Formats: sequence, structure tokens, C-alpha cells
Amino acid sequence: MAQTMQFDLVSPERALASLQASAVQIPGAEGDMTAMPQHAPTITTLRPGVLKVESPEGNSEYLVTGGFAEIAGDSLSVLAERAIPMTEMTRDQMNELIEEAREMYKTAKEEDQPHGLVEDAAKLLADMEALGTHMSL
Amino acid sequence: MPSLKDLKNRIESVKSTRKITKAMQMVAAAKLRRAQEAAEDSRPYTKRFNAVMAGLAASVGGSDSAPKLLRGTGSDQVHLLVVMTAERGLCGGFNSNIAKLARQKAAGLKAAGKTVKILTVGKKGRDALKRDLGSDFVGHVDLSDVKRVGYANAQAIAKDILTRFDAGEFDVATIFYSEFVNVVTQIPTAQQIIPASYEGGEAQDGASAVYDYEPGEERILADLLPRGVATQIFSGLLENGASEQGARMSAMDNATRNAGDMIDKLTIEFNRSRQAVITNELIEIISGAEAL
Repeated sequence: MAQTMQFDLVSPERALASLQASAVQIPGAEGDMTAMPQHAPTITTLRPGVLKVESPEGNSEYLVTGGFAEIAGDSLSVLAERAIPMTEMTRDQMNELIEEAREMYKTAKEEDQPHGLVEDAAKLLADMEALGTHMSL
Repeated sequence: MPSLKDLKNRIESVKSTRKITKAMQMVAAAKLRRAQEAAEDSRPYTKRFNAVMAGLAASVGGSDSAPKLLRGTGSDQVHLLVVMTAERGLCGGFNSNIAKLARQKAAGLKAAGKTVKILTVGKKGRDALKRDLGSDFVGHVDLSDVKRVGYANAQAIAKDILTRFDAGEFDVATIFYSEFVNVVTQIPTAQQIIPASYEGGEAQDGASAVYDYEPGEERILADLLPRGVATQIFSGLLENGASEQGARMSAMDNATRNAGDMIDKLTIEFNRSRQAVITNELIEIISGAEAL
């Protein structure tokens, strides 16, 4: 199948990738999903995880923390708050992210914030830790 | 009439001033390029984000269950003005233009009987507004240690604002920054961020496609709205960064040119008085010789 779609990965600080992809696995908030060309138009939020891009030129992986993805048939844009190419990722950076999440969880718990922020932070922390083990750096 | 020595000293001092302003101009030019790149790199994100938000806001906006960040608190009594300026001066009218716009807005709101609260980002804006609006200050964000403004800085500011919003401290928030057009033109801009208005993007193709939302529309919206605040602040900060360097560059360019003009003028004056001294001496010698 030679069908491809336009894939864009942008973070607030820079555009990371813009290429033709045949399939992209997205770490959606409610579970992973893979978007292929002609996917139904969907908008989903992201949880921290790994974004896997398959393209005719080769595969690439990015680590993303929060954000959202917009799937529109023949194009897919991922707007991540932070996105780091897997090849540039180091154990130290991962630890930093986990530490950040842990810190957030701690302050959220102490301040007893509303809107289920505490649960969100806890989930974020769990996601981050799972990601760390998954990467097994 | 200043003596020759005085003139010489003044010329030297203006020369060293010119060296400094010239150096500042070149530094600003280099920084401007980087700031401009940063502002341009962030544009795709902001544009897409706003397009998606416009679609979402249009479909959920009308209902009563819409999040407060979008719908507002139902009143507009208390206004929060977030005034974003530079940490340093010597950049022409950059800081004072933003401060002026904020001051006008504050005066207008007060005349309409509203309460005004001010959050300053950047030292210079705080200094400029301290005298007449100092009593309305509710907070200050210091970015003087930040070398390169990152999204994390914007997130921190957004978090501060959102915490205040959740605590019911204000109803409407507006950010003030300077939009970068080019090196000589920066437009001080006021933009309302809470309640969010995402009307601009509706005409785009985003509205034509019907999206599935996962999780539900309202959950997504509740998740994205706080990010929207951060995104807008971030783009404001970047525009500000580019504007500041642009303003500084042209201000320093002017200063360098003025210093050059001044050196020319002083040099002419110096040469004339030197000539006058020589002529004087000659006259004295000649008249002395004649008297013999």
C-alpha cells in the first residue's frame, strides 16, 4: 500500500517533523491508536508516551508529553507540549521528566487542588514511570 | 567658551559612547535574528491550536455547561491586566508604549466603574506603572534570569493566572504585549485571553470537517483551554522578545548616528577654537613686533 498522509509534529518551540507517513501510532489519552490514511476525522488528547511514525523513508519515534492530535483524513497533526526524538533521549532526561511529574504530584497533593488535578498529576507520574521502564534505557 | 582641553575630553567621551551604542546595536541585531526565528517557529503550533480551538469552541461554546474559561464567569466586574514588557531598558519607546496602552485601558475600565488588577511580567513595565497604578499590582513575574524564553516560562505564568482565576480573583484577563511587524514597527497590542475568544479561525477548513472527539468534546475543551492560555502567553512573550530587540536595534542605531553627528560638530568647534588660539597668538606677536 503506497498510500501516505501528511504528518506534522509541532511543539510550541519548533516544528519537529513534516513528512509523508503511512501509519502513525498515537499515545491517546484513552489508549493507543494508530492513524492511517483515510482515518475518520478525530481529535484526541495525548498522554505522555511514544509516538511511532512509519513512513516510506523509514520509521522514527518521538517521545511526547501531553498535547493533542488532529486526524483529518489525509493529514495528521500532532501538537505536543514537548516532543523529543527518541534518538536524542537519554536516561537523564527521562529522570528529569519523571522528577518533574513527581514534583507536580506532590504540590498538587499538598495544595489540595480542585478539578481532580491530583488524580491527573498521579496519572501523569504513572505514565511517565511506565514510559521510563518501557524505554529501558 | 569651553577650553580646548574640555572640547577634547567631550569628543573622547562621545566617541566611547558611540562605541557602546554601536556594540549594543550589533548585539541586538544578532539577538533579533534568534528571537525572530523563535517567534516564527512557534507560529505553526499557535495557528493549528487556534484552528482546533475555534472548531471546538463553536460546537460547545453556546451551551451552559461550557467551561468557565470559555464562557466567562458571567460578570465582567474585575479585570486582570497582564502587562508584558522587557527586563531591560534602552530600547526606545518599546516599554513605555506597552505601559501607555495598559494605562489607557486601566483608566477606561476604572471610568466604567470596574475593578482593575495588574500582573506585570518584566521589570520595566512594573517600574513604568508603579507610580499611578502601583496600588493595583497583584503580582510580578521576573524573567531577568531567563536567557531564552521557553514554553515552560509561559506555562508558569499561565498557571499563576489560572490559579487566580479559579480562586475567583478576576473575571476577565487581558494580556498586553508588543506585536512584531518589522524592525522599525512594533504595535502594542491588547488581547483578551479569559474568557477565551477563538472566533478568528472559524472560516478555516477546520469547521467543515466533523470530528470525532476522544475523550468527549467537553473533556477535551477543559483540557485544552488552560493550554490555550499558555500558548497565547507564549506567543505574546516571543513577539515581545523580537519586538524588544528590534526596538533596541533601531534605538541604538539612532543613538550611534546622533553620536556621530555630535562628534562632527564638536570636532569643528574644536578646530575653530584651536585656529582662533593660533590667530590670537600671531596677532600678539605681530603687534608686539610692530610696537618696537
